[in-house]
Amino acid sequence: MDSKQLQAKDKQELQTKSETTQTRPVFVPAVDIYENNDALVLLADMPGVSNDGVEIHLEDNELTIRGRVSEEASGLSPIYTEYRSGDYYRSFTLSNVIDQDKIEASMKNGVLKVVLPKAEAAKPRKIQVKAA
Amino acid sequence: MVLLRWTDPFERTALSELNRLQEEMNMLFDRFFGRRSLLSGAGVFPAVNVAEDDDNLYITAEMPGIDPSDIDLTVEEDSVVIKGERKLEEEGDDISYHRREREGGSFSRTITLPTRIVADKATAKVKDGVLTLTLPKAEEAKPKKIEIKVG
Repeated sequence: MDSKQLQAKDKQELQTKSETTQTRPVFVPAVDIYENNDALVLLADMPGVSNDGVEIHLEDNELTIRGRVSEEASGLSPIYTEYRSGDYYRSFTLSNVIDQDKIEASMKNGVLKVVLPKAEAAKPRKIQVKAA
Repeated sequence: MVLLRWTDPFERTALSELNRLQEEMNMLFDRFFGRRSLLSGAGVFPAVNVAEDDDNLYITAEMPGIDPSDIDLTVEEDSVVIKGERKLEEEGDDISYHRREREGGSFSRTITLPTRIVADKATAKVKDGVLTLTLPKAEEAKPKKIEIKVG
């Protein structure tokens, strides 16, 4: 059981040379990436993004994830603001060979989980040493 | 005849320069002493936004990856306590991490409300990892319109 006290962190805003067409801020989501024998798994914190708001793109070993927050009904006057909401964007270069047809993604409680199965050729295998 | 104030061209540029300087100073001060930095300086999870309309106070907090059953809310007349634990999924032994930026742990935060509320009628929901609390304002805290009588 993890009993560490959680700290609030400022969201990291995406730094790019090209500007977005919308004025909404774009943030870099915190991610975990781990690997097991069969797949590479990515978890990204994207609160406010629903199932429909996620876009995952894989091209030439570059994985791009994008999350769009659903528009909120405004008309409320803010009293104080500690965080800003906006879209999410992050891209990674993958070193493993991924079986692109079998990528699966799901959203749960604002966390995106992407399972990227390794292609057969990239799975680790034990090599038997033959006696001469 | 139209009266125009005479302005010296030199004086005008000096003035606008001064205005610009003043704006920049204001920005600098806002960054250090602005309400945003004061609050997030508390560093307590979760960061919250508080908003209002005539009838309700709304508190929202981003809590990705936290199951609603792991969030414990206590609402009083003038404060709200958000408590809970963020459990990261156990992924088994046979894995190796490439990146680990997400954190788990427990949290507890008290938010003092700017107005009194009716605690019994407070509601909460979690959608896509965002907690929204709706807190109806107490009658005496609601804005009132005053009619002006024509005498």
